[in-house]
Amino acid sequence: MSTVKEKVNATNKEAQLKQSSYLEAISLALWEELERDDRVFLIGEDIGVYGGAFKVTEGFLDHFGEDRIIDAPLEETGFIGAAIGAALTGLRPVVEIQYADFISCGWDQIVNVAAKMHYRSFEPVPIVIRSPSGAGLRAGPFHSQSPEAWFSHVPGLKVVVPGTPYDAKGLLKSAIRDDNPVIFFEHKYLYRRLKEDLPDEDYTIPIGKADVKRFGEDISLITYGAMLQKSLEAADRLISEGISMEIIDLRTIYPLDIETIIDSVKKTSKAMIVHEDIRTLGIGSEVAANIADAAFEYLDGPIKRVTAPDIPVPFSPILEDAFLPQTDDIVHAATELFNY
Amino acid sequence: MRVNKKIKIELYYYMRLGRAIEERLESLYRQGRMPSAIYLGRGQEAITVGAAMALEDGDTIATTHRDVIAMLPRGMDPKMIFAQHYGKVTSPTKGRGEATYLGDMSKGIFTTVSMLPDFYPVSAGAALSFKLQKMPNVALAFSGDGATSRGDFHEALNFASVLQLPAVFVVENNHFAYSTPNSKEMKVDQISTRAIAYDMEGSTIDGNDVLTVYENIKKAVDKARGGKGPTLIEAVTMRMKGHSGHDPMNYVPEELLEKWRKKDPIDNYQRRLKKEGTLTKEEIVRVSEEIEKTVEDAVAFAEESPFPREEDLVLDVYR
Ligand SMILES: Cc1ncc(C[n+]2csc(CCOP(=O)(O)OP(=O)(O)O)c2C)c(N)n1
Ligand SMILES: [Mg+2]
Repeated sequence: MSTVKEKVNATNKEAQLKQSSYLEAISLALWEELERDDRVFLIGEDIGVYGGAFKVTEGFLDHFGEDRIIDAPLEETGFIGAAIGAALTGLRPVVEIQYADFISCGWDQIVNVAAKMHYRSFEPVPIVIRSPSGAGLRAGPFHSQSPEAWFSHVPGLKVVVPGTPYDAKGLLKSAIRDDNPVIFFEHKYLYRRLKEDLPDEDYTIPIGKADVKRFGEDISLITYGAMLQKSLEAADRLISEGISMEIIDLRTIYPLDIETIIDSVKKTSKAMIVHEDIRTLGIGSEVAANIADAAFEYLDGPIKRVTAPDIPVPFSPILEDAFLPQTDDIVHAATELFNY
Repeated sequence: MRVNKKIKIELYYYMRLGRAIEERLESLYRQGRMPSAIYLGRGQEAITVGAAMALEDGDTIATTHRDVIAMLPRGMDPKMIFAQHYGKVTSPTKGRGEATYLGDMSKGIFTTVSMLPDFYPVSAGAALSFKLQKMPNVALAFSGDGATSRGDFHEALNFASVLQLPAVFVVENNHFAYSTPNSKEMKVDQISTRAIAYDMEGSTIDGNDVLTVYENIKKAVDKARGGKGPTLIEAVTMRMKGHSGHDPMNYVPEELLEKWRKKDPIDNYQRRLKKEGTLTKEEIVRVSEEIEKTVEDAVAFAEESPFPREEDLVLDVYR
């Protein structure tokens, strides 16, 4: 049993619990927010009649109707821009981009219109753009990317990357209630593979707050998204080597919760970052720079990164597996760092 | 335009070959033998083959996810299509790309991307290049109906028209974009009317009649080659399979499919060729045998080919 689950179980001892997949958690958050606030509406390709490419919004159209579950034409610039316009005039749109790879087709509206609105006009842009990202499904270079770092270089946006069903639900609710543009990446590998007990009652998880998923003594491992599970697996294996890992799930990568990271590193004196995104200017770079800046004197070893290499996501299974950071790679890097 | 017997038979052969390849891709996919997704263009063979046959060596062609078989008349070996779906190192992308996103510039076939219709502007760029280099060539690009909603489509048409480029833009109107029917995609009845906005010639044709497709696209290609500018051609057809292998397309009414099954481009064309005496029973059998062998060989090639080597993972990002 994972510690994530133990933790959720502990916080909800009394509450009534229900097993939900990562995908169901996201569906539930959308459903409950649509029920709670009639300014919320969903728009995206094939989300209505079809229920979405991954079936996140299956059954939504029948319940909420065509004005709130809108099947958009195939035009990312068009419907992202339209969602921004609706957000500026009283509504709270949630946009689905079928695959995160296609978000670049609406890039300009996101980074120039949504992101720079409040700084100049003091007008909020309460829009969420949610999209399945990540690799591992043999889907090749155009259905597997992790574009989160692109958006973490754009002041005015918030970038959320949940790694568990519990967090996904709570963070998506926060994103919808947030008055700023939030880019919400759902790791598609987790959709149906990760399940945990969720409380019945309404809860939110604050954006911008990392979570220590496992407490440990020797190394602070900072991660997010699908790499959380591999990091926890690695931590399990490292116990037998006598290495105690502290696992921090960033959950939000922009803005970064630097405090939680630094507190941990001050305690362990060793830090490593694990992410599926490519290495150069990935979030690991920013985390490492912050650690070097604020905890330099506490460090007892180099700051290590386990990431994908700087290449497009390849299709062929052998290549994709080699591209993705694996549990073995994490164990290896952690052991080296421990022995440093 | 009179289409000679040789071309008539080639049109027939490539449609049959294309269908056989896709049928095999589907069965391999269902058996879990290939890691790739599949996007089938069943029912649309008259457009992909007819358009590709209208081109000459040196021309370029830009396909979408759904029209890999358009590569066949341009010289793509069926072995490459299977190797690509298997993720083998012998494919044109050396296993890096999936599904139908393969190409070969030496044959004028772009290696396109998923983002639709990103190769409309790129194709206009090839046309610009031909014009600037005074080359007598034409650039042809495919788009689906759905992708005509995107700005890239309109920007490409505008660009090609303003610069009077030797380009042909083909829209395969198969009535759906994934699950989205055209009624939710656009307000125009005919996609070809979009050409008016760019002062470009546009026409709508029967996309299930390969001779109609061939003749009309050939006319547009000849016009482009003659320096008379671009054309938009909408070929009307029906997507007879789900968007991709996992889509049972419950959203498509069975009657609609039944109606279009009667218009099957290959069945009808075969009947016509037989009736006019261009094709005999014996020839049909011979073609069937040849195609079966070609597909068998191609699958065996893909099965027996090695996977890429892990050591080569990071090569070739740059020249
Ligand atoms: C810019 C972009 N957004 C979304 C997608 C996902 N997608 C793949 S195919 C498809 C439908 C395309 O419809 P259409 O253009 O009619 O082509 P068809 O599949 O019918 O051949 C969608 C939405 C994509 N490929 N590109
Ligand atoms: Mg279509």
